Amino acid sequence: MTMAKIESKGEKATRQGFADAIMELGRENPNVVVLGADVSPSVKVDAFAKTYPDRFFSVGIAEADMMCIAAGLSLVGKIPFASAYGEFAAGRPFDQIRQSLAYSKAPVKICASHCGITVGPDGATHQSLEDIALMRVLPHMTVICPGDYLETKRAVKASVSITHGPVYIRYFRDNSPMFTDELTAFEIGKANALIDGNDVSIIACGLQVWEAIKAAEVLHSEGISARVINMHTVKPLDKETIVKAAKETGAIVTAEDHQIHGGLGSAVAECLAQAYPTPQEFVAVNDTFGESGKGTELMEKYGIDRGSIVQAAKRVLKRKK
Amino acid sequence: MASSNPHKLNAGDLKEMARQIRRDIIKMLMISQSGHSGGPLGLAEIFSCLYCRILNYDPKNPTWPGRDYFFLSAGHLAPVWYAALARGGFFPVKELSTLRQINTRLQGHPAPGYTHGLPGIEIASGSLGQGMSIAVGTALGLRMDKKPNHVFVLHGDGELDEGQVWEGIMTAGHYSLDNLTAIVDRNFCQIDNRTDKVMELEPLADKWRAFRWNVLECDGHDVEDFLGAVDKAKNFKGKPTVIIAKTFMGNGVSFMQDDYRWHGVPPSIEQGKQALSELAPTKFGDFNRFEWEALQAMGAQDE
Repeated sequence: MTMAKIESKGEKATRQGFADAIMELGRENPNVVVLGADVSPSVKVDAFAKTYPDRFFSVGIAEADMMCIAAGLSLVGKIPFASAYGEFAAGRPFDQIRQSLAYSKAPVKICASHCGITVGPDGATHQSLEDIALMRVLPHMTVICPGDYLETKRAVKASVSITHGPVYIRYFRDNSPMFTDELTAFEIGKANALIDGNDVSIIACGLQVWEAIKAAEVLHSEGISARVINMHTVKPLDKETIVKAAKETGAIVTAEDHQIHGGLGSAVAECLAQAYPTPQEFVAVNDTFGESGKGTELMEKYGIDRGSIVQAAKRVLKRKK
Repeated sequence: MASSNPHKLNAGDLKEMARQIRRDIIKMLMISQSGHSGGPLGLAEIFSCLYCRILNYDPKNPTWPGRDYFFLSAGHLAPVWYAALARGGFFPVKELSTLRQINTRLQGHPAPGYTHGLPGIEIASGSLGQGMSIAVGTALGLRMDKKPNHVFVLHGDGELDEGQVWEGIMTAGHYSLDNLTAIVDRNFCQIDNRTDKVMELEPLADKWRAFRWNVLECDGHDVEDFLGAVDKAKNFKGKPTVIIAKTFMGNGVSFMQDDYRWHGVPPSIEQGKQALSELAPTKFGDFNRFEWEALQAMGAQDE
């Protein structure tokens, strides 16, 4: 049994992917505007603000205001990117997003940095673990959680093509391995099978894609052939790829830096319950709030690291029919 | 197309149109038996002025880029907006009889054209407090492109309890958005009680001034007074302007006037008939056929 090995080409933060994308978009399209809520350096909109001061709007620490201002800008042909930490991009302005963006089909890009428990030392108040659930439940919403720097950059750039409804793009603070390149396929709504395998499928998004790659290597060394699927788009969900994986491997593990309820794992389970019921294990934060610590320490403590994925794969294999 | 309002009614006709809008509101609510009576009736003159004199728009081309932008932040006031949109020519007046019914374009709270198909509505409202921020975004975008379109947003006074409104007010002041005019329907009434009992808003004008706004006050039932205020607002430079328009909830119907209990309830058929008897028919005409079909279906007696 052989397995294609995926190497890391160094580390870079996914939020830098967002920053580089809006700089390119700013050059390419004069209608691109960026909104910031007093966290410019950390969500990395400061370069855009400096280069395009007439197209950057500071709204103060007022995320509800920001989402609706973005909607108002979209009504006159602007392409607004509203930036904030995940918790304050999805949780705090939820009602504004629901009414003025989703129901109203406003083409606003919600750019959520610092998501997940891996934001680390700031602690539970700043660890957005519910945002995929909050956003994917909204009609007309697109939800993307890219896996590395380049994929984040490509997702942000590709989001401009979605003109009927808002897009929620979820990414992270810390540096993380870069495993995609320009030749890697990227299409919103289309999952990527990164590693082929036929015993179990690991479906992951965000930082857990790299964890899944490393878990697959461990499993491989123990004689278990694991497929790794990068489900960068949580909504619309690539049901075809999920059902194919379920049929061909008969066992599913989902992995995400998010609460166990309502996130990617739930989305996959909803799909399979209807289309092809399959044993599934969930690697996610288990219905609890986080705490301070390093991102890597928290991933291990809260059970969303590569070791947790390996254990989940072994559990689900025992349930496989 | 040159900037213009398609109707440009004179003051006398605007008053008569306000009475027609009141008749439309009463009839819509008699048919739907659901919806808000008090606020919409108190805004008849303001909406008559907006849609038949002030706003630049083309009802045959609702997304005409030269249009003024109007946002109804207090979405529950929809009946008066729908009546004004119909009278303005955006859709047939007879369609007013479908308010709040299944498959209607006239949703209980306003939805934009591209979700439910009703032209003339830019964005959804209903959950309160969001319209100011939306208006700020649109005003910023228009100013970026050096466009002359004006932006209007209308708030209920009770709606000013919502914190987000003040975020938007602060942002508009910060950006000196003189292409933005806010109108506050100052009727001192909200669902639970009078506004000073639920949450004191005074000194209201001073609050807006402190947020770097130009403040005008007017009689919201006096069309000349309101038109004059809008003229001043559109010509004021360097700051956004708010027009605090003093109105009476339920104005024009004796048993509803200035009574907060009429905020969110429709008149019964009997109360509706009584209200219509106080509002003389106008030269603009009712939507009779559809109205009586619907009322007869409900078992109502002929007048």
